[in-house]
Parts: sequence; structure tokens; C-alpha cells
Amino acid sequence: MTATRASLLAALAVLVAVPWWVPGDYYISVCSQILIYAVFALGVDVLIGYAGLVSLGHAGLFGLASYAVAIALASGSGQLGAVALALAVALLGTAAFAALSLRATGIGFIMITLALGQILWGLAYRWVSMTDGDNGVGVAARPMPFGFNLEVASHFYYATLVVFLLALLAAWVFVHSPFGASLAGTRDQPRRMNALGYHVWLIRFYACLFSGLLTAVAGILFVYYTKFISPQTLALTASAEGVLMVISGGSGTLLGPIVGAALVVIVKNVASAYIERWNMLLGAIFVAIVVFMPEGLVPGTTRLVRRAFKLRPNAPAPTGEPAPGEPAP
Amino acid sequence: MRVNRRKFLAGTAAIAGAAAFPMPSIAQAKGVKIGLLTVKTGPLAEGGFQMEQGVTTYLKSKNMSLAGHKVELVVADTGGNPAGTKTKAQELVERDHVNFILGPLAAFEMLAISDYVVQNKMPTLCLAGADNLTQRQPNAFLTRASATSSQAMHVMGDYAAKVMGLKKVVCLDSDFAFGYEQQGGFQQVFEDDGGKVVKKIWAPLGAPDFTPFIAQIQGADGVCQGYAGAAPVKFMKQYADVGLKLPVVGGETAGDDALLPRFGDEAIGMINACPYTIDLKNDANDKFKALMQKEYQAVPGFYAASMYVTVQVVEAALRALHGDLSKPAQTVKALRAVSLKETARGPIRFDHLGNVVGDIFVRKIVKEGGKLTNVTQKTYHNVSQFWTYNEAKYLAQPAYSRDYPPVKA
Amino acid sequence: MSLWGILAINSVAFGGLLFLLSAGFSLIFGLMRVPNLTHGSMFMLGGYVGSTLYLTWHLPFWLAALGAAATVAVFGGVIERLLLRRLSGSILAQVLVTLGISFIVADFCLLTWTGDPISVATPPGLTGGVRAFGLFFTTYRIAIILVACVVAALLWALLDKTRLGAMIRAGVDDPEMARVVGIRVSRLFTIVFCLGAGLAGFGGIMGAPILTVYPGLDGDMLPLALVVVILGGAGSLLGSLVGSFLIGFVYNFGQAMLPELAYFVLFLPMVLVLVLRPQGLFGRHAP
Repeated sequence: MTATRASLLAALAVLVAVPWWVPGDYYISVCSQILIYAVFALGVDVLIGYAGLVSLGHAGLFGLASYAVAIALASGSGQLGAVALALAVALLGTAAFAALSLRATGIGFIMITLALGQILWGLAYRWVSMTDGDNGVGVAARPMPFGFNLEVASHFYYATLVVFLLALLAAWVFVHSPFGASLAGTRDQPRRMNALGYHVWLIRFYACLFSGLLTAVAGILFVYYTKFISPQTLALTASAEGVLMVISGGSGTLLGPIVGAALVVIVKNVASAYIERWNMLLGAIFVAIVVFMPEGLVPGTTRLVRRAFKLRPNAPAPTGEPAPGEPAP
Repeated sequence: MRVNRRKFLAGTAAIAGAAAFPMPSIAQAKGVKIGLLTVKTGPLAEGGFQMEQGVTTYLKSKNMSLAGHKVELVVADTGGNPAGTKTKAQELVERDHVNFILGPLAAFEMLAISDYVVQNKMPTLCLAGADNLTQRQPNAFLTRASATSSQAMHVMGDYAAKVMGLKKVVCLDSDFAFGYEQQGGFQQVFEDDGGKVVKKIWAPLGAPDFTPFIAQIQGADGVCQGYAGAAPVKFMKQYADVGLKLPVVGGETAGDDALLPRFGDEAIGMINACPYTIDLKNDANDKFKALMQKEYQAVPGFYAASMYVTVQVVEAALRALHGDLSKPAQTVKALRAVSLKETARGPIRFDHLGNVVGDIFVRKIVKEGGKLTNVTQKTYHNVSQFWTYNEAKYLAQPAYSRDYPPVKA
Repeated sequence: MSLWGILAINSVAFGGLLFLLSAGFSLIFGLMRVPNLTHGSMFMLGGYVGSTLYLTWHLPFWLAALGAAATVAVFGGVIERLLLRRLSGSILAQVLVTLGISFIVADFCLLTWTGDPISVATPPGLTGGVRAFGLFFTTYRIAIILVACVVAALLWALLDKTRLGAMIRAGVDDPEMARVVGIRVSRLFTIVFCLGAGLAGFGGIMGAPILTVYPGLDGDMLPLALVVVILGGAGSLLGSLVGSFLIGFVYNFGQAMLPELAYFVLFLPMVLVLVLRPQGLFGRHAP
């Protein structure tokens, strides 16, 4: 396990050193974006990877938190109050969201969350007195925690990094807790869990709340990052992007969503400066991932590395998909 | 199989590496760097392509050199959404260190970067119409050589009431700010000239079928539509399908010259007001049309023309500044002081808020030699964003919105 | 009066289009358990290919429509054989690959057909309309209703009267059992996927004279297909038929009568159905 600890420390060192090794503020900001979307993807992964529930409405919750911050600030609230309000609003929203969508699982859950996400998106457009429609709401200034000026790109990056690490830690604790184990139980054996006396619905509900919390945190970081929020942030494509980040990186892992977020953010923002048809590239990458590593980049790479070093032959894939190369029955 | 997989991995690693560590470009001492925020993917892409065509056509005609300064153009694709626009603006400003930003296309994109360009003192020349950025919340670094969303519609309102003699009009538009501002502009002038807007109908974004909205047209002698992008074509088709024959009027996006080849015959007779017209007779426009034909085999429309003229404005400002771009505030001042007697859209100058004052053409779509084309009916000269209203009074009234001006009972 | 008339006719015609779009989606989902998120792209692709065949190659409209359906069906078959085949049972990978393909198709269409909309003239013989009872009936819309009915009847005959149909129904009801009794499910999957894709492509060109074809059409149509299938119940032909017309009416009358709820009008009934009857109106089992 010292190897794991060493690699964790190395990763941390790389993350802390980002402002020194990336060339210029622009790339620091891109790294901030990666961390923000990584938190979002972690939130989505709590449901996909650990509860077996795919949500296509999470951009709605993300946007809800963003709007709450922006609107609270615009109506004269302090920074701390705005963030607290945003968390409260987003959690309440998530509770309602979960209460409705947990009527179903599987595709039914996808569809209800999609519909709820579209409803929130529509609300952002139509509740003009609150949101100013597609003109959006601006945020005048980022907060200054302890006099630390977050307008500076590297400062904002560090603040985001701290939040990101906390979110990651929370997610780690969550999935490794007994609750996380029972959540995975509801994913794999809902009937048995029920028979064993677990309240399956309630377990899923709490998982939704935790997922919503991470999503809200990402939404708050996002609105401080762009200093602007408009309805497009809540669109179905944004929800789909979150899901794609998780699946491409590897659901049911904590590293997967982070890698997936990095992939999508880099293709959208950095590769797009060099490759005009970046949309097609992104699509092609997704298809390639499915062809070569259907379990996602992180588990897939782990598998390849293990195979190369013959550490553990044929470690089972975490989500139970057939290993590639052996066609599905 | 294993080899393939390795090759694939190596390939992705190479791409990722190339993407993550490009060398920051070093700004040339003498050259001028222009960043263009446009849209090249997704549903808004066609407008974005035309913007880029307008910019490159002008630059190429000048051999990539404006007022004696070598120009480097950096094109960035925003993807048509606010968050992408913000990131791309950062790329242009913080990585490429451009001297000017041209674009973006859509109002919601410009609004997302409005504060950012001010904070970074970046002279920006947008295409987007968002009225308030040169009105109630003026952006000190913005110059707009295209038009506000309502600028041409004020004219349309006047023409509809005074020349066409319309009395009652139903307005249909997309449910977003560009639509509100278009219809607001139309309604205000139309009603001041004695007409009445009897109903305003908003189609939610992403509505595949407009028929439920068209079906509600009643008790009117005319229809005003302000759709943009691909939607005007669909609107006219479905409008004809329900058997309506009322005259249709619209703005710069409703009957855009570049869009005309895509319409069916149902568009014949549509009246539209636009700050550019294909049939403007002057040398600048003849040259512009010929260049667009040569470079892209394309009929230019409002997007290409606006950006073509925008680059011309940049050139004039560079000349006035003798290439000294060290003080952004001076650059903006020079941009806004530009006054051109002849451009592809006629004479233009700017008001003190940075918005263009220029001619607006009211055209009619006719069929000539088997092709649809716009024929100018009347030219309104030197139209400002305030139409004929007193600026202070105009700015004191609320911005055009979904509910302003209200539909009177 | 005329408002209601126009809305009623348009509801049925739009419902017919939705049926062409959603019948395939429903079959694919019912039989293969694949949430085919490329379905909107198939619709758009059909519109583009069909309009090219019709407008540029000057094929007769119906031939162009069949050509578009065939092209998209082949495209669907390729996707099924090359990609989806190896992902059976893995919904996440299916979501990833179908969304990935829809990105590629959207960008491909943008490059090939530019970002300008393509307005397909109403085919000759179906132009104009008739005025009756103070209403204007557009001939083409009536034609769409008829075509949708014919397609529905053909599909019903296929599913109910043929051996292939019996196998598909068996597969929908119980895939494992179907395999056990010796049905070659794998070939069945390809056929059904081709059929579903082809129907969507056919819907795209049939819709083109009304909706036009434009970038973003895929994204506009996909949610509608999802809504119809959820409402009607996955795997049920009757469900998608009823669901399509229901949504046709809800869309038309909802937009006209409840403009304040324009964004929600489609999704509220869906949420209601999902909450009260998760398997959909005509579905056998919850998805």
C-alpha cells in the first residue's frame, strides 16, 4: 500500500504545482475547470457507479446552485450567505428531484430525471423576473476568503483544488462507509437488500442527496469561475456531458470521473483550438473508448497495466461487463 | 489486437500531450493580432461560418495587412454556448494576447464575456445584438458595427405602419432575448405610428413545429416574425401550409440574403429590414460581393457583411492610431471615432456608446430569373439605435422584454 | 373555430411523424434493451439523405424516401453489428457509444450539408389543400396521417402475422427464453435495429416538407421520441401509436393554450405517467 500512498502524494504534488508547470493563466483556468467538472462528475458517479442510477437531469441541479448564488449576490446578499443559500436550495431541489425520480429505476429513472432537468432548464428561461431569461445573471466579484484574492487565476485554482480535495475525500469516505456498501447492494441485489430489511428507497434517496450536494458544490464553483450563469448551463447536453465524463472515465471508481472530466474539458477547450472538428473528435473518442475499454478509461487502463505486468490475471471488471476481446454472449 | 490497442493509447497520449503543452505564442512587436470568437459546431454554426468568411475576405483582400500592419487572425470556436465563449475569450486574451476581439455571434455569448472584456481592457467588436450593452449597461470596451437587436426592427415598425398601412399585427418569435428585443423594437415604433400589436406569441427554443403558434394568428392584417438561424425557413413553410396569406414582415435574420436560396416560393413578398442589402449599389459592396463569390462561392448576408465592415473599422482605427495599441482606452476611442463614407453597407459612424449609426434597408423578397432575391423598397439613412427617440428618454424606459412593451387590451 | 381545426389536424399529422420516429425506438428498446440515443440523428440523417436524393438527384419523392430509409437502415445495421453487438447488457457503454455516434453524425451533417436549413418542397400531387367546413386541410399533412396508418398496419401485420414477428414478440417478452427455444436473437437484433433506424430515417424525409431539415433537428426530436416511448410503454407498437398521437395533441394544444407552460407541457404528462404507471400506458413491464 505504500505504492498507492506514494502515487497519491505524487498526484497531489502535481496538482499543487500546476501553476508552475502550466504555461500561463489561461491553462491554469482550464485546470480549474477540470477540477470543477471533476466534482460534478463525482456527484454524477455516486448515482451511476454506486447506485446504478443514470441521471440525465443533473445539469439542472448544477444550475440551480449556480443561479442561487448569482441571484442571492445580485440581491445584495453576502458571499457566505449566498453559498449557504445555494447549498440549501440545491439540497431541497435534489430532495424533490429524488422523491419524484426514485419512483423508478433503470431507464425509467433516466427519463424522469431527463424530464425534471428539462423542466428546470425551461424554468431558467421562463422565470424571467428571477433569472432574466437567456440574458443570464452575472456575478460581480469572486469572494475574498481570509483576504485571499480569488480574481487571480492561480489563487482561484488553489481554492478550487481545496474544495475538490474535500469533495474527493467526502466521496471516498462515502463509498467506503457501510452506507456505501449497502448502496452498492441496492445496485446489485435490490430485492435481496429489501429482504434483508434494508430500506432500499431511503438508501437511494440519501445517495441522491449526497450526489446533489457534490453537484451543487460544483455549480457554486462554476458560477464563481465564469461569473455568469445562463440557461444553457442547465441544458440536456450539459447533463449528458456529465454522464459521458463518468462513463468514459470509468463509473464506480473515484478516479474515473476525474479523468473523464479532464478528457471532455481538454477536448472542448484546448484541442478545439487546434482541431476544428473537435465535436467529431469527442464523439470518436467516446466510440473508441467503448471499443477498446468498454468499462471506461481508468478501469481499462488498470486492466491493461495489470495484464502487461501480469500482476493479477483477469481481475474482474467492476461493473460486470464482459471483458473486451471476449464478445458478449 | 494488442498492438492496435497500444498504438491507440500512444496516439491518444500524443494528442493529449500536444494539447496540454503548446508553447504560448509571443506577441509580435509590430504585428496586430485579432481574435475572432465565432461558432463552428452545433446549430448556430452557419452564422459562425459566415462571420469568419466576412473577416477573412476583408483580410485577404488587404493581403493580411491593415494600415501597414501585418495581421494575425486567431479563430476560436465557442460552440455556441456562454461557458465556451468565456473560455475561448480567455484563450484569446490570456494565451494569444490578441489586440482586438471580433464577435461573438449571439447575445447570450456576448453577455457572458461582457464583464471579462472590460476587466481585461480588451477592445471588442461584437456581432451580437444585445441592446443593453450599448444602452442601459454600456460596455466601455465594446464597439458594435452590426446593429442592436431592435435597430432594424424600429425601421420595420415605421415602414409597416406608414408605408404598408398595417393596422393590427401579430408578432411571433423565439422565446429568448433576441426575440424580445426584435419584437419590442417593432412594437414600440409601430404603435407610436398608430398601429397596434394585438398578440405576441413566443415559441420555446427547440420547438420542432411552429404550427401551434401560427394557428393562433387571428384578428390581424399583418404578421411580424423575428426568427433567426434556420427557423425563418421553417416558419415561412409552415405559415404557408396553414393557408395564411397576410403580409409578413421581419428583421435582419428573417430575410437574410445568405438564407434566401434556402426558402421556397412561400417567402416571396416578405418584407424585411436589414442593415445590409445585397442590392446596395456602391463600389464597396460590388467588391465585397465579388470577393465573397471568388473566395467562397457564396452570396453574402448580414453576418458576413457586418464582420467585413467590422474589420474595415479596425483598419480605420489602426490608421488613426498609427498602430499604437498600447492604450486600450485610446483604441476604443479611435474605434468609436471611425466614420466611413463608403462601406458595403453604406456610410457608417458610431454613437458615443459605441453602437453603429448607419443605413437600414427595407427590402422585399421577389423572384428574379428563377431565384429569390431582396429588392430594396426604401432606405432609411443614418439610423441610430434610438431610432428618432430622445436618447435620455429612451434609456429611461425599460429594456425590451417579453412583457415590455405590453400588449394593450 | 379555425384555430382548433388547425391544431387538431396538425396534432394528428405531427402524431403520425412521431409514430414513424418512435416505433423503431420502442422496438429497439423493447427487444434489445438498448437506449438508442442516436435515434434523433437517424431522423435527421434520413431528412438530409432523402432531401439530397429528391432535390439534387431528382428522384421521385417516394423513391427518395425509400432510399433515405434504406440508407439509414444500413447505417443502423453497421452500428449494431460493429458496436452495439458487443455491448449487450451494458447500458452505460450503450449510452456512451450512441451519444458518441450522435456527435459524429451531427458534425458530419454540418460538414456535408452546411449549417443552412434545407427546405424540401412539398412533393407534386400533394401540394395545396382543400377548404372544407371553414378549415384548410393541407394535403401533405393528410398524406402523412395516411402513411403513418399504413406503416402502423404493416408493422402490426409483421409483428402479428409473420414468423419473424412472432420471434420479435417472443424476444421482447422474454429474451432468455427466446434464446433457449432456439431463436437466433443475434440476427433478430440486427434486423430490428435496421428496421428501427430505417423507420426513423423514413420519418425524417417524410417530415422534411413540414419541419425542414436543419442542424439541431436531432436534438429537437430525440426528447420527443423518448417521451412517446415512456408514455406508451417500451416495446409496444400500440403504445407508441397511442403515445405518438397523444403527444401530438399535447404538444399542439398545450403550446397554444398554455403558453406559460410551453417548456413543461411535454414533460409533465410523462412524469405523471412514470410516477403513476412506470411501465407506461401499454408496457408489459417496467423498463
